[in-house]
Amino acid sequence: MQCDICGKKKATVHLTEIVDDQMSEMHLCEECARQKSVQMEQQFGLADLLAGLADFGKPTKEEAHEVIKCPNCGMTYDEFRKFGRLGCSQCYESFKMHLSTLLKKVHGSNHHVGKAPAKIPQAEKDKIESFQELKTQLQQAIQREDFERAAEIRDKIRDIENKKE
Amino acid sequence: MKLDDFISNTGQWLKGRGAFSNIVMSSRIRLARNLVDKPFPNKARKKDLSDILEIVHQTADGIEFFKKSIFLKINELDNVDKQFLIERHLMSHEHASNPEGKALIVSEEEVLSVMINEEDHLRIQVMQSGFNLDETWKIADTIDDALSQKLDYAYSLHWGYLTACPTNTGTAMRGSVMLHLPALVMTKQINKVLAAISKLNFASRGFYGEGTQASGNFYQISNQVSMGHTELDVLQNINGLIRQVIDQEEQARQALLVQNRPMLEDKIFRSYGILKNAHIISSQETVELLSMVRLGVDLGIVKDVDRMAINELFIMIQPAHLQKIEGKKLSTSERDTKRASLIREKIGG
Repeated sequence: MQCDICGKKKATVHLTEIVDDQMSEMHLCEECARQKSVQMEQQFGLADLLAGLADFGKPTKEEAHEVIKCPNCGMTYDEFRKFGRLGCSQCYESFKMHLSTLLKKVHGSNHHVGKAPAKIPQAEKDKIESFQELKTQLQQAIQREDFERAAEIRDKIRDIENKKE
Repeated sequence: MKLDDFISNTGQWLKGRGAFSNIVMSSRIRLARNLVDKPFPNKARKKDLSDILEIVHQTADGIEFFKKSIFLKINELDNVDKQFLIERHLMSHEHASNPEGKALIVSEEEVLSVMINEEDHLRIQVMQSGFNLDETWKIADTIDDALSQKLDYAYSLHWGYLTACPTNTGTAMRGSVMLHLPALVMTKQINKVLAAISKLNFASRGFYGEGTQASGNFYQISNQVSMGHTELDVLQNINGLIRQVIDQEEQARQALLVQNRPMLEDKIFRSYGILKNAHIISSQETVELLSMVRLGVDLGIVKDVDRMAINELFIMIQPAHLQKIEGKKLSTSERDTKRASLIREKIGG
């Protein structure tokens, strides 16, 4: 079989593309395949896909003249949209509103359920003190069957409730 | 332990053991983790990167599981060594392409590898032979817990583990299974299967990970979603999906045997014949022929070669491996000759 692009060399790479449920096949020689794959990477980089989605979290017109920037690492939201990578863990706080929408688009949810590290950062621990957060935490701990953690949280909730009384 | 010692060892994941190892090559769990007070690698300065290397290296040194591992700074490796590690699935192309401030830790049996300062500060990877995501997860979880006793991870109660790319945020876990699906390819059902997989929000990739085409009928299937589900839920979903793909492949294999056994045997033995006798062979041709012989072994048609030898060959016949075995740089044509002689030596009988 000859290559579909150059028509000269033997086709050794067989490429199947699925676009909108339409399947097409291409048979390419190694050289043309390499060029094609470079083109494809340029066209379909993950960063571009993400940037596309990140537009859903674009600033409104009123906000548009205001550049949103992470005070910790200096990354702007525009930069993130271009490269698809955040600059530091603080960016999550800095771009909170936009990321919330984006994460929902990507994962179908914007709330973590799953494991937690042995050491939780102090800033996060402070948040735990908030009552509502504790209740959510309790539900999550029960869901993942982390009963030790669930008991700790339950005790904290009791403490707060006792103080109220 | 030295890098060159790997060449005479077989990575645990290639051993051809474990559940459904006739179809499943390996199971892999990858966790992305970052340190809370350092910028992600793409924004980090040289000093940050070297600090991170130092912190992670020291922490790992104090953990039992890392005792017999090797620590490699990527910028101290030559191109063949870097390619060698990629070919063994221990690190990514991305990790090799911009080596400044990056490192890799690999455990003795190549079960565990940790890329430091790739896209995230830590990329913890655990690989096992066969269909065994649950066990693989347990190992990864234990190592992650041990590291998190000492490292301050970037973690939010609301969003989970914070990663450079939002596609990983949450559990920051990817579970993947490498499947050998020659019968689905031969019966032209593979595209239907892959289309269904992508509709269910799972990704399929080639033998060498992200951005690679399938070769040798190998497909790597992994979860896309990392938020809103616990690690165990995600793994349960992948397990369910993989079991179905395994069923489909089994059925296609049986159908080929029943409907056209002579054709199948002919294809397998011709492939075996070429591999046993060729004196010059390209890697692409080798991979396609090895795939047929592996199918022959799995169906009990080829009896005088074991699965591990075939699995190993998929890795050994690649350019950097051939050059490591030979101990010097080889041109493409020299490699084609060396490859053929290596194959004859391993399965020539």
